Amino acid sequence: MKKLSARRRHPLAALVVLLFALAATGGLYAAFAPAEAAKADSSAQSLKIDEGKRLFAVGCSSCHGLNGEGSSTGPSLVGVGSAAVDFQVGTGRMPAQQPGAQIPKKKNIYSQDDIDAMAAFVASLGPGPVVPTADQYTSTETDAVAKGGELFRTNCSQCHNFQGAGGALTQGKFAPSLEGVSPKHIFEAMQTGPQNMPSFPDSTMPEKQKQEIVAFVRYQSNEAPNPGGLSLGSLGPVTEGLFGWIFGLGVLIAIAIWVAAHTTKAKKS
Amino acid sequence: MSDDKLPAEHAEGHGEVAAADNPFADPGLPAHQVRRTDIDERAAKRAERQVSLLFVVSMLATIGFIASYVSIDPDKIVYIFPLGHVSALNFALGMTLGVALFCIGAGAVHWARTLMSDVEHPAERHAIEADDEVRADVIEQFKTGAGESGFGRRKMIRNTMIGSMALVPLAGVVLLRDLGPLPEKKLDHTGWDEATPAVPIRLINMNTNEGMKPEDIAVGSLTFAKPGPSVLRPEGLQESDDDFQEAIAKDALMLIRIQPEDIKDANSAGLGFQGVLAYSKICTHVGCPISLYEQQTHHALCPCHQSTFDLSDGARVIFGPAGHPLPQLKITTDSLGYLVATGDFSHPVGPSFWERSE
Ligand code: FES
Repeated sequence: MKKLSARRRHPLAALVVLLFALAATGGLYAAFAPAEAAKADSSAQSLKIDEGKRLFAVGCSSCHGLNGEGSSTGPSLVGVGSAAVDFQVGTGRMPAQQPGAQIPKKKNIYSQDDIDAMAAFVASLGPGPVVPTADQYTSTETDAVAKGGELFRTNCSQCHNFQGAGGALTQGKFAPSLEGVSPKHIFEAMQTGPQNMPSFPDSTMPEKQKQEIVAFVRYQSNEAPNPGGLSLGSLGPVTEGLFGWIFGLGVLIAIAIWVAAHTTKAKKS
Repeated sequence: MSDDKLPAEHAEGHGEVAAADNPFADPGLPAHQVRRTDIDERAAKRAERQVSLLFVVSMLATIGFIASYVSIDPDKIVYIFPLGHVSALNFALGMTLGVALFCIGAGAVHWARTLMSDVEHPAERHAIEADDEVRADVIEQFKTGAGESGFGRRKMIRNTMIGSMALVPLAGVVLLRDLGPLPEKKLDHTGWDEATPAVPIRLINMNTNEGMKPEDIAVGSLTFAKPGPSVLRPEGLQESDDDFQEAIAKDALMLIRIQPEDIKDANSAGLGFQGVLAYSKICTHVGCPISLYEQQTHHALCPCHQSTFDLSDGARVIFGPAGHPLPQLKITTDSLGYLVATGDFSHPVGPSFWERSE
């Protein structure tokens, strides 16, 4: 006590007292304030939603409306769920660089925290597919790739090509290549059906089958060997024929010209 | 080779030289130039050895081809630098066969260029037509022949001959009958045609092999289905069935769901169930499986020749060569709430054919 009282004239004494007083008031408030309100205001979730709303107002509201209700330039986001936001923003498709037949993938400018915040805000507008966790999209089965290949050929290959190389659709739209797409984004695309892709909800394609498809697509872009050497984009007969005609015949013609142009005549010089 | 073996100076060309009075004189052939192998026996021997070496390499490569064919495991994958992971067998076969063929070609070319005689032989060109005398003679003979045969006079012979010549090709046409019996009614029917309102057939999800309820089909989703158990197929269509491929080529369905107010064709909405529509997956052009479905425009595109169908408007053809809309299946739910078909498609599945009833 002696020590304390000896310092009571210290220039910082008033500050210390003030801090104690503030802490006490805060503590009392926390103890006696209505429990519900305290919870709502301090929970990380609602802070995130607020943050998301702020980001949304800056980056998205010009098309989707201030409250995600949609406008003539962008659809309503009520009920699309956090998975859709995570996919669209995470792959750089949103915010859209310009309106058109299809919004292309580009560099993502948001951090994952920002995306999570926006996803939380959009999810708060209405229930929808939730961002999957790693164990939802990672299969541990040993035969996942084989099963996934079969499911891929039934459900996906018509648009995305038999190896996931992508393909053309109507009026300038296209199915993008799946090479190098992260497992989370593949899974989210199947859940939410981004842009013109149909969705594959759990009711018609159970989560386990989506895992298998993810496993197959990842195998295709990472490990699958290439039995013939050159894959030529895995696009099928068009590139193969083009290669044969241009390079195959071209080389033969070049050799023929070379052979004819080089004389074996003995020259003095 | 020493220089003294070369001809001292190229001989002059043996044509005329352009002169002031005849600027377009025929310059003739340039003088023949000898090759090193023509005058130097050592060079010729070397060329001979090179040619045979190429042929021997080709033989070895062919033996290598056979050897790799029998010895390399078809499943073996190896890493080869610029190519990445490739099949060892494919690589070996391609390499050896390529070398074998290339060496034969290269050997032949080398032989022709260095050892075969290359002395120029001029060959004069002449007009192709015969001279007037011969032509007049041939025409005369033809006329005599025609007169003797009486072709112009005996009209009956002429006409019957023309008739018989015109009929002969018909024999070929008749042979086309060998292309097989007509398909009869087979193309009119699918695995769904046993379905009746009293004995409906369930729609089975191709992914899960189970029935589906309307609430499983979300707006904007795409699901593929096949027929479930029926009288003729108590198990439903199974992939292990002998005729699975043949059956699924007619029975395959794509199921989509459209907000009922967005369906433009009232008849099509009636065939569906609360906005769930079941269309044939087989293009009506030449029968490719189509399911490039765009969930916002409701267009389905065929990858083969780009026929585009508007699934919100009774699968009307809006682009491309297809001649009919996609057939639609009438669906409803059974007492347990599963989606069922109560009859066959609205019209025959797949491309047009002669006997098609509509
Ligand atoms: S088969 Fe579909 S457009 Fe030709």
